[in-house]
Amino acid sequence: MKIKWAMLAAIFTIVTVLTGCEPLAVLNPKGPQAETQADVIWLSIGIMLFIVVAVFAILIYMLVKFRASKQSDDYEPPHIEGNVIVESICVGIPVLIVAFLSIVSVQSNYEVESSPEGYGEKEPLVVYASSSNWKWHFSYPEQNIETVNYLYIPTDRPLEFKLYSYGPITSFWIPQLGGQKYAMSDMVTTLHLAADAPGEYMGRNANFSGKGFAENTFNVKAMPQAEFDEWVDEVNNTADPLTEKEFDQLLEPGHLGQLTFKGTHLTFLPPPSAENGGHNHGSGSADKHTEMSGNSDNESDSGHSDSHSDEEHSDH
Amino acid sequence: MDFFDRFAIPHPSPIIYASMVAIGLTVIAIVAGLTYFKKWGYLWREWITTVDHKRIGIMYLLSALLMLFRGGVDALMMRAQTAVPENTLLEAQHYNEIFTTHGVVMIIFMAMAFIIALMNFVVPLQIGARDVAFPRLNNLSFWLYFMGAMLFNLSFVIGGSPSAGWTSYFPLAGNEFSESVGTNYYMLAIQISGIGTLMTGINFIATILKMRAPGMTLMKMPMFTWSALITNLIIVFAFPVLTVALAMGTMDRLFGSNFFTTSDGGMDMLWANLFWVWGHPEVYILILPAFGIYSEIIPTFARRNLYGYKSMVASMVLISLLSFFVWVHHFFTMGQGALVNSIFSISTMAIAVPTGIKIFNWLFTLWKGKIKITVPMLYSLGFLPIFTIGGVTGVMLGMSAADYQYHNTMFLVAHFHLVIIPGVVFAMIAGMTYWWPKMFGFMLNERIGKWTFWFIAGGTCLAFFPMFISGLDGQARRMYTYSEATGFGIWNMLSFIGALGLAAGFILIVYNVYYSTRYASRDIGDDPWDARSLEWATHNPVPEYNFAITPQVNSSEAFWDSKKNGHKLFKGPFKEIHMPNNSGMPFIMSILFFVLGFALVFSLWIVAIISLIGVFACLAHRSFEKDHGYHISVEEIEKTEAERGGAEHENR
Ligand code: HEM
Ligand SMILES: [Cu+2]
Repeated sequence: MKIKWAMLAAIFTIVTVLTGCEPLAVLNPKGPQAETQADVIWLSIGIMLFIVVAVFAILIYMLVKFRASKQSDDYEPPHIEGNVIVESICVGIPVLIVAFLSIVSVQSNYEVESSPEGYGEKEPLVVYASSSNWKWHFSYPEQNIETVNYLYIPTDRPLEFKLYSYGPITSFWIPQLGGQKYAMSDMVTTLHLAADAPGEYMGRNANFSGKGFAENTFNVKAMPQAEFDEWVDEVNNTADPLTEKEFDQLLEPGHLGQLTFKGTHLTFLPPPSAENGGHNHGSGSADKHTEMSGNSDNESDSGHSDSHSDEEHSDH
Repeated sequence: MDFFDRFAIPHPSPIIYASMVAIGLTVIAIVAGLTYFKKWGYLWREWITTVDHKRIGIMYLLSALLMLFRGGVDALMMRAQTAVPENTLLEAQHYNEIFTTHGVVMIIFMAMAFIIALMNFVVPLQIGARDVAFPRLNNLSFWLYFMGAMLFNLSFVIGGSPSAGWTSYFPLAGNEFSESVGTNYYMLAIQISGIGTLMTGINFIATILKMRAPGMTLMKMPMFTWSALITNLIIVFAFPVLTVALAMGTMDRLFGSNFFTTSDGGMDMLWANLFWVWGHPEVYILILPAFGIYSEIIPTFARRNLYGYKSMVASMVLISLLSFFVWVHHFFTMGQGALVNSIFSISTMAIAVPTGIKIFNWLFTLWKGKIKITVPMLYSLGFLPIFTIGGVTGVMLGMSAADYQYHNTMFLVAHFHLVIIPGVVFAMIAGMTYWWPKMFGFMLNERIGKWTFWFIAGGTCLAFFPMFISGLDGQARRMYTYSEATGFGIWNMLSFIGALGLAAGFILIVYNVYYSTRYASRDIGDDPWDARSLEWATHNPVPEYNFAITPQVNSSEAFWDSKKNGHKLFKGPFKEIHMPNNSGMPFIMSILFFVLGFALVFSLWIVAIISLIGVFACLAHRSFEKDHGYHISVEEIEKTEAERGGAEHENR
């Protein structure tokens, strides 16, 4: 009874996923990274379904066959120790499955962690995405423009997001383009994405970051390169420049609509210097405000950035 | 903030005021009731100061049920808030506090207490011991846990609850972004109860290794005892990490250190790492005793021995080792790169192998059996399919590239509830029902119990299956609201209905306890389930000394052997029994810990220092105290045995 019910529920779930009126965001990829992930997800759903069905089948068989009500009163179940062959099969098959999944997992790890291929010689577009309570700031250093809470990207070109946070750990996520990655205050992480189809996508912070977390979303619009260039030109011609003072105000906790600026905050407030694992441990650095203390990697001179980090701190 | 401001609730609402009044009235009613019926002395002598593992187990059980209720109300409020888009039942801050306390209460104060309750009650009986190795320490463990739980629950009426999630990630949980005292409560309450848990770990390892009945070699221990041994080993290795992490967090919040802050060399990732180095083993601390319980119940009602005893033991040992090498899977998305993720992805999925062995062994235990479907068995049979679904989704999460898409979404929420609920909650209800006659001398009603099961199992499926879908559709966890356009509404509504089903189930459990206490037969004999292991060889309810004569054991199913194969469990005449004395000291010390915790939460340094000195004074007092316990005379044993049907005893 119970089993049939659970089985029905499981089938119902799967059928809904398969036939849902609109495909689910994660399973409706619009870029190569999301596609890799969707493939892995489908593959693992398939294999896992096989295991679930096997367990359900054995359970139902046992329950149908060996119920007390089906047996004579004087039946005494035998004493059975383990059986080496049976147990080897129970270990062997899962080991094979896990081994296979491990190969898939390692392969896909390297895929999603590298710049997507198949776009010829195109250089990736670098976008610095930083979060502050509860907004996203997108800086385009090459184009020298910055937006708040919306992201325009060209299609058919690798995208390289540099993520960091002015505050709690957040997670940058555009489900239809690919999985998420954390943005943290003391290092920069890199997320490789690309969009294959023009369109509008939902982006958000996926990692809980306090009161305004639910609304911590942004709009993503993917468009052909030509259109993107047009937009960049337009911004460069019409938008106000982003001043340091203005940016400090933007960092104040709260929600903002969509904003557009000429210039980026990277010039006066460079991102945390170390990348992927090289944290600032405070040692060896004369400046104690390691959060901002610039060294080697970033373009701007560190003396400049230090004075601003002081200002930044006095804000809190 | 002003001195007194900190004690006020930062975000008061009518619900909170109503609960304050309710809590106040309940306390007054309890105090008045105890005074009126002159029960203070009884409570002090028989319960508060008790060193009897059975009574301590029952106190843990009651506290766990209380916390289940508290955590359940939190859950219902969350599901109600998200049942429809743009709901305004709760505001953001309040919702955040609720999911934080829900997680902490359910894991630390409900699930942990529940497993320790059953370990306390059952393990000494299963190994034929008179008590645990350190009975007074056991009492201290309980009171530290209890005071930690009370301190944590106090946050809700004094000063405000923590709101940074049960994982309490820094820097969000630091002073900069969490100004209220809520997170201080988190750090200190969990610390205090964690110390208690660590002591339980040491206590049970010593008990199981040193106090088994003659003949019970390690490989003849009942499976629940095995699971308890492994669990307590994990506790002893994992909890110190939590202790250190909490101490560092406390220092950041109270003394301005910078372990996890965003500036001055602090590292927010360090907290995440320390937390999960404890946190992942912790989920196995919860699940292994549950595995042990199912390994007792399934053979009993399949009327067959457990299939593959040795591989059951081996798989638990393997799980416990592996559980320390997978913690990074909780933050594959932290940017540590493909190599590190690959290593942890493989170690994570590897855990599925020993877990799978256990599932198959339970299934094969049914083979050629004679399956009788009782309430405990029903939960065990319901556990198998639902847990399998939870487990395989765990493997899906373990595929790190794909986890970038599942992480922080409702898909993850579905996974861990579908392992923890059939794993821990079903097992606890099953175990409670199974051992209830041993604890109280009557059985819980089977008819109500079966109804309860269907509500709980159906509710679980309905509440959590839809989350797989909304998660894959992009619903992040911990969102207090969402817009209609997202299309999440329908899934969350289904989930809310499921939660109502679960709530109905839990209410039925309470009703069942009430109903059975009133109407159930007290004449059930010593072995109402026709069970197999040693705890059923003594009386219902169990005399304070457990076994009049220490049993002689020859197999992992010693009691079954004595029933079917004529093995003689109890040899020789009654002898005087040496028992430990009760003590009020652990309770007093725990009160001091409570005061210490409260004082630290609010930075009341003088009070804190005085109570800390008090704690040390208690320790010193204990070191110089001479207490040789007392003896139960042979006449007294004979009398008790005769009263509870001792004749049967001597026949064996
Ligand atoms: C087959 C075995 C299992 C595997 C492979 C597995 C895998 C995972 C993975 C990879 C995550 C992290 C996902 C993410 O954050 O994106 C996770 C989360 C979690 N799992 Fe499991 N799991 C397994 C069994 C269990 C069991 C038995 C329990 C508890 C009894 C459990 C409880 C949890 C909890 C509580 C979380 C999330 C905690 C949080 O972030 O709040 N898991 N699991
Ligand atoms: Cu884990």
